[in-house]
Amino acid sequence: MVKKKTNIFLRGMNKEKIITVQNLTKQFGSFTAVNNISFDVYKGEIFGFLGANGAGKTTAMKMLIGISKPTSGEALVAGFDVKTHTEMVKKSIGYMSQKFSMYDDLTIKENITFFGGIYGLDRSQIKEKTTRLVAELGLEDTIDKLVGSLPLGWKQKLSFSVALLHEPKIVFLDEPTGGVDPITRRQFWEMIYAEAHKGTTIFVTTHYMDEAEYCDRVSIMVEGVIEALDTPKNLKTKYNVASMNEVFLKLARNVE
Amino acid sequence: MSIQVQNISKSYNKIKAIEAISFEVKEGELFGLIGPDGAGKTTIFRILTTVLLANEGSATVAGYDVIKDYKAIRNSVGYMPGKFSLYQDLSVEENLTFFATIFGTTIEENYDLIKDIYIQIEPFKTRRAGALSGGMKQKLALCCALIHKPKVLFLDEPTTGVDPVSRKEFWEMLKRLQQKGITILVSTPYMDEAALCDRIALIQKGSILKIDSPENIIKDYHRIIYDVKAKNMHQLILDLQHYPSQYSVFAFGEYIHYIDKKADFNPKDLATYLTHKKHQEIIVQPAITTIEDVFMDL
Repeated sequence: MVKKKTNIFLRGMNKEKIITVQNLTKQFGSFTAVNNISFDVYKGEIFGFLGANGAGKTTAMKMLIGISKPTSGEALVAGFDVKTHTEMVKKSIGYMSQKFSMYDDLTIKENITFFGGIYGLDRSQIKEKTTRLVAELGLEDTIDKLVGSLPLGWKQKLSFSVALLHEPKIVFLDEPTGGVDPITRRQFWEMIYAEAHKGTTIFVTTHYMDEAEYCDRVSIMVEGVIEALDTPKNLKTKYNVASMNEVFLKLARNVE
Repeated sequence: MSIQVQNISKSYNKIKAIEAISFEVKEGELFGLIGPDGAGKTTIFRILTTVLLANEGSATVAGYDVIKDYKAIRNSVGYMPGKFSLYQDLSVEENLTFFATIFGTTIEENYDLIKDIYIQIEPFKTRRAGALSGGMKQKLALCCALIHKPKVLFLDEPTTGVDPVSRKEFWEMLKRLQQKGITILVSTPYMDEAALCDRIALIQKGSILKIDSPENIIKDYHRIIYDVKAKNMHQLILDLQHYPSQYSVFAFGEYIHYIDKKADFNPKDLATYLTHKKHQEIIVQPAITTIEDVFMDL
């Protein structure tokens, strides 16, 4: 037990921390949605942020991306304080949500141009990025089609690429594969792997427990606190079960 | 037969949503429509619950024709659409009373049917539906769909976006409702839920690819799948994709599911290839076939 702890500690020392969270808390009136959570995420890591509905995942994520102010505690994202430097936090991250976040009534090309502009890219950069992105996704023939006409899986892949347009250090993915077909869901994860290999940190939530197995480390939130945080392998050993689904069912008591 | 569907087709403008769909659901059966977003599941639900007209084909629900007898169908079925459809600014109790009244009944009359589910949300009965958590909304919607004791229950993606614990509980509720004699047609994008149905229809791009019991669908699958694992999983996927006789390579949780084209495939050859590619801690072993494997190969 002692030995294992040392290993984790050493690994942490060797890697660069890209997110540090200390005693982060968010209260809504008398309700504590996020209760004194602390953890670190390392550069290039795929970090799975799991929990039951209502466990506080979305609230925690909103604080990390700089759109909700913590009641107390600290968080540094890409070196910036989420309380005082929200604009710098937003510039350093990409974000993609469960609900598709592009404009259905704009074409693929128009969406890329629009978001490129929002992220502060200049015309030549946008042009270059568009060409590369469309080639990588194999969307050359559909570039002038409305995004609304695309299947959900394509939209999600496109949305992920758009969230990476400004080459953020960290990308936050909030249930990116919900309802997506099994093959596209796996292609999506291959994109995640490839991006992590380039050094981008991936912070991802999902309800598919097979996807939890693809993460380097996984945290499980229960009623506002982080109940467990480790590699999928160590969590399965610790709880003496064969899959992450069983780990989840053991830990995530229903809060309702 | 509780539900009969014959050659139903529906297009929106020029886009075909479903094409020549046929299936039957027996009385008291728990039948699953399994397929991803955009497969046409919702269109089927809307036609069967008489809120949408098909372009072609015919269908009956609880013995009633979906066109001629639409009013009788509306009285005999419960429908829980994919999107939350209750009145956000009415309380839990008011929503339930409203639906009971519309159907000419009372909460007390059919309380027995919803009791199991309702007691879980009863502590919040004065809360506005809009202020409920996702799991509670889902339970309230199910109560409202059941309050008039329907013969057939239609549930369109009731568990999409729901966590594994709540999903498990929801399916336990469905099993109990089935035991009370209610026919259930349920759709889901989660392949693991398919195994919990009596029979399933695998549906993609508007067509049914297969209908059978989950056990038979798995039994009929003729390819041999191997679990493959190594230390560096991402590189492993890439290397397996480049193996000359590979048929398919897909991540499946802890393992990668690998299928080979050759009948005389020897897993040892694959292990040798991976060793050659400098992989460490290599495992190649026969895998257990799942509905998701079959679906991905259709």
